[in-house]
Amino acid sequence: MASQIKLEIVTPDRVVLSEEVDYVGVPGVMGQFGVLKNHIPYLAALSIGTLYYKKGSETKYVFVSGGFAEVNGDTITILAESAERAEEIDVERAKKAKERAEKRLQQQKEDIDFARAKAALQRALVRLQTRHRAGL
Amino acid sequence: MPSLKDVKKKIESVEKTKQITKAMNMVASAKLRRAQERIERFRPYADKYYEILKDLSKGVDSSVHPLLEPRPEIKTSCIILITSERGLCGAFNVNLINKATKLVQEKQAKGIAVKMIGVGRKAAQAARKIEGVEVMNSYVGVMDRFDFTLANQIGKEIIKAYEDHMLDEVILVYGQLVTLLRQDPVALQLLPVVQPEGEKEEKSEPKALYMYEPSVEGLLGELLPRFVKVQIYRGLLDTSASEHAARMTAMDTAAKNCEEMIDKLTLAYNKARQAAITAELLDIVGGAEALKG
Repeated sequence: MASQIKLEIVTPDRVVLSEEVDYVGVPGVMGQFGVLKNHIPYLAALSIGTLYYKKGSETKYVFVSGGFAEVNGDTITILAESAERAEEIDVERAKKAKERAEKRLQQQKEDIDFARAKAALQRALVRLQTRHRAGL
Repeated sequence: MPSLKDVKKKIESVEKTKQITKAMNMVASAKLRRAQERIERFRPYADKYYEILKDLSKGVDSSVHPLLEPRPEIKTSCIILITSERGLCGAFNVNLINKATKLVQEKQAKGIAVKMIGVGRKAAQAARKIEGVEVMNSYVGVMDRFDFTLANQIGKEIIKAYEDHMLDEVILVYGQLVTLLRQDPVALQLLPVVQPEGEKEEKSEPKALYMYEPSVEGLLGELLPRFVKVQIYRGLLDTSASEHAARMTAMDTAAKNCEEMIDKLTLAYNKARQAAITAELLDIVGGAEALKG
């Protein structure tokens, strides 16, 4: 199909996804934005969030954290420190991570610990949310 | 002349050594393949980073971000040395350590204080021995099994020290896999970040004018620390692959040397055996002659 855009998600360890899709919803640091084919060249930092893409009647969800989106004509490349498709997310691990982070936040030791725990908590929450949105 | 039994024992022991070196060679080659696969998988990610940073830093003054800006005066330099955990890989670690030592001496000659971070057991040991060096940190037991988290950790540590003006420059020394038979120690400047531009002729016009979100400065702030980590990770992966390649070659040579030794010993054994038989025959013949007489 002519109106499709190529979505590539790359992490340091693997290529998570490389597919022709219709629409991509990206969690930018300044809010969610949508990308269709022939989008203006665009470079954006990503927040910890859920990316989703539509292909035909299907909508799929991917967890992304720490990275960039580069849109260039008919391709969009996501460079993320970690990225997992909804079906790959380890729910047990996310739940445990959430509990750990919450505990640490309650203790409130140092500033650095605090920031880290907060980020960890957010990652865990978004992972669970991603899974939830995908209806798994 | 060594006794027959001694020679035989020696042959057996060399035979066993040969088996071990052969096994190590095979293990190293399997590990090398895995390490190379990891490099292949990492390449698209790293390449993209170079590309984006190149586009982004084009026409940007180095003063926009502290990680880009060279310090007017370098007082403290940090050298990160990556080696393997284990030996038995030929001159691989020694070459790396020599490279780092030389670098340290060069810096010290210029009156620059040098700090070191050792990654891998051999590097940690070496860092402690190099004169006049303050060891900032050591990562031991990590090279056998690491992922991006390790690069992240090291990156965070040096970026923080750099931003706090504890360091004015950071250099990474690692083993680059040139071919399977050649691994070169390489020194790469991590901080301040060297803008990846201008090396090739800039014939191609800027591909596209990007729209940035947030601003260029904001993006650089996100991108540069990650870029540093990407480079560290690349160094880690390359060193790990190089280590296995070096060990493969070393073990192959060792196995060959064992074979040569076995050949020599077998010859000595046969000679000794022949000599014994001859001596015995002489005895018998001599005895028979005496009886006749």
